[in-house]
Amino acid sequence: MAAYFHSVTLEKEKCMGCTNCIKRCPTEAIRVREGKAKIIDERCIDCGECIRVCHNHAKRALTDPLEIIKAYPYPVALPAPTLYSQFSHKFKVDQIIQGLLNLGFFRVWEVARGAEIATQVLVKYLENHALPKPVISAACPAVLRLIQVRYPELLEHVIPIESPMEISARLAKKELEEEGYPVEQVGVFFISPCAAKVTSVKNPLGVKKSQVDGVIAISDIYGPLLAQLASTASVSIQPRASGAGIGWAVTGGESRLLPFTQTLSVDGIANVVRVLDDIAMGKLKEVDFIEGLACMGGCVGGPLTIENSYLSKTRIQNLSKKYGMSYLEVAPEFAFSEFFWTEKIEPCSVLVLDEDLALAMQKLETLDEIHKALPGLDCGSCGAPTCRALAEDIVRGLAVEIDCIFKLREKVTDLAERMVELSSKLPPSIGKPR
Amino acid sequence: MMDDNKQFKPLKLYFTVEQGDFIRAGEASSKIKKVLSQLGFPGSLIRRVAIAAYEAEMNIVIHSWGGELEAEIGPEHVTIVARDRGPGISDIALAMEEGYSTAPDKVREMGFGAGMGLPNIQNCATEFIIESGEGRGTVLRILIAVKE
Ligand SMILES: Nc1ncnc2c1ncn2[C@@H]1O[C@H](COP(=O)(O)OP(=O)(O)OP(=O)(O)O)[C@@H](O)[C@H]1O
Ligand code: SF4
Ligand code: SF4
Ligand SMILES: [Mg+2]
Repeated sequence: MAAYFHSVTLEKEKCMGCTNCIKRCPTEAIRVREGKAKIIDERCIDCGECIRVCHNHAKRALTDPLEIIKAYPYPVALPAPTLYSQFSHKFKVDQIIQGLLNLGFFRVWEVARGAEIATQVLVKYLENHALPKPVISAACPAVLRLIQVRYPELLEHVIPIESPMEISARLAKKELEEEGYPVEQVGVFFISPCAAKVTSVKNPLGVKKSQVDGVIAISDIYGPLLAQLASTASVSIQPRASGAGIGWAVTGGESRLLPFTQTLSVDGIANVVRVLDDIAMGKLKEVDFIEGLACMGGCVGGPLTIENSYLSKTRIQNLSKKYGMSYLEVAPEFAFSEFFWTEKIEPCSVLVLDEDLALAMQKLETLDEIHKALPGLDCGSCGAPTCRALAEDIVRGLAVEIDCIFKLREKVTDLAERMVELSSKLPPSIGKPR
Repeated sequence: MMDDNKQFKPLKLYFTVEQGDFIRAGEASSKIKKVLSQLGFPGSLIRRVAIAAYEAEMNIVIHSWGGELEAEIGPEHVTIVARDRGPGISDIALAMEEGYSTAPDKVREMGFGAGMGLPNIQNCATEFIIESGEGRGTVLRILIAVKE
């Protein structure tokens, strides 16, 4: 099996092995081994929690450098709406778009427009398909992966339509192709606040192949783009996204465009976990739609952003007001179903103890026994996030009981006592008379 | 009965459930759900068991004087037994009706009391038996087959 690619990685030299990150990971994907954190790749959902919590900046996301656009004669920028929130309000969106063109992009296709289209595709999908309530948005790739890994039973609640990024990429390519540009010379690049989006391009869920050719971090393009903003006069492009699409950058931006009476907008991966737990128990049935975003505040809180996310949120809200909420409606003959997923998402079995049920049951029993014998402090010194996670690692053959420092101390004490006992048992030839 | 080499010893899980303990309510069903995921059961089974166990657990918390929840996990089916110490259900057919509920206002404010719990269990279950009566405890026996 080829190694599973995902975006979030560790810079070994910077990691101090402090174990701060291991408890924050929603899928218990991190262990500390030999003084360094290690990500169990298949478990990682690229939520970015560990990037945010690491004081040593040892975690980062793999993205493409800006230079990648030179590989294509006709590079297209797909700016996430979050990009607009990274700069002071004195720079207009027009200027940001022109700045991107100055940096070498041949064209700019706003993902905020893709979001407006996604809204219409979603409504169309639900008109013709009945999903169990509450239906769950597929927009945040980290949440989608979380469902795949931890809540496979909820996959059927997920609305199987493409993300604004994919929709934008497809339409941008189509547009240039129709204008006569050779499609293989068109490269489409997402300007991203999000590590999980990188993974969703390389390992897409729901579609066979992503239409995106590269993902550039907002944090990488920020400096060069800012330099352009100082000098650019604003040039306007058409058609433009409205405040509705731009609003997707913050929590609730997707829900508020939908014709539902009860929607929940949840942000922060730990909060999303709580809500998914509730749905899994059959609760929240009265809710129509759930928008779950891994990052606090929504994508403005993404791990690849620069600006304070609260300020970004205010800026997005101001932009929404400025550009208004009425957006371009697609024609009735628009090919909606082209944007429905073609691939079924299979549950990911990384949390399963064994493919064989009988063996899995045995392992579970052993796991419970080991867990009971551990101190239950969840101290993290063993490198696993909880005592239960250590027990799980032990039954999987990835750790041993004396990785627990308390167990080790017990063993040492035992051994020491036995040594004392032995030392008193000197052979009669040299020992004291009894 | 050692008739083949793959002999399944069903896995048993046991939880006590306290009356009125809304803080811990749902923990037992949540643990059962987690175990089923770790064992690799299909999502459709996990969903049905989680919902049935949760509704049974909540009924013990809300309507009874306390009791216990037991799950037995085998390769073909999962059985859940919810047992409590009373006060019992006098009219089982009525209790099974959608929308019938005797939940007090205080509990309704917490979002329970739609009278959908027992019908939900019925929907999830392959076999469902209620043993109860006025002045005795209630026992729910719920069998959920892996194959729907
Ligand atoms: N374990 C029990 N002991 C005593 N009475 C019960 C028990 N379980 C259910 N009942 C009675 O049956 C009624 C219907 O139960 P059901 O679970 O269907 O609805 P509910 O608990 O009232 O509301 P909901 O489950 O939708 O929150 C209850 O209101 C209660 O009167
Ligand atoms: S990105 Fe999220 S899922 Fe991946 S290792 Fe970090 S905390 Fe865990
Ligand atoms: S909230 Fe937005 S930035 Fe964060 S993981 Fe989800 S899609 Fe990516
Ligand atoms: Mg009930």
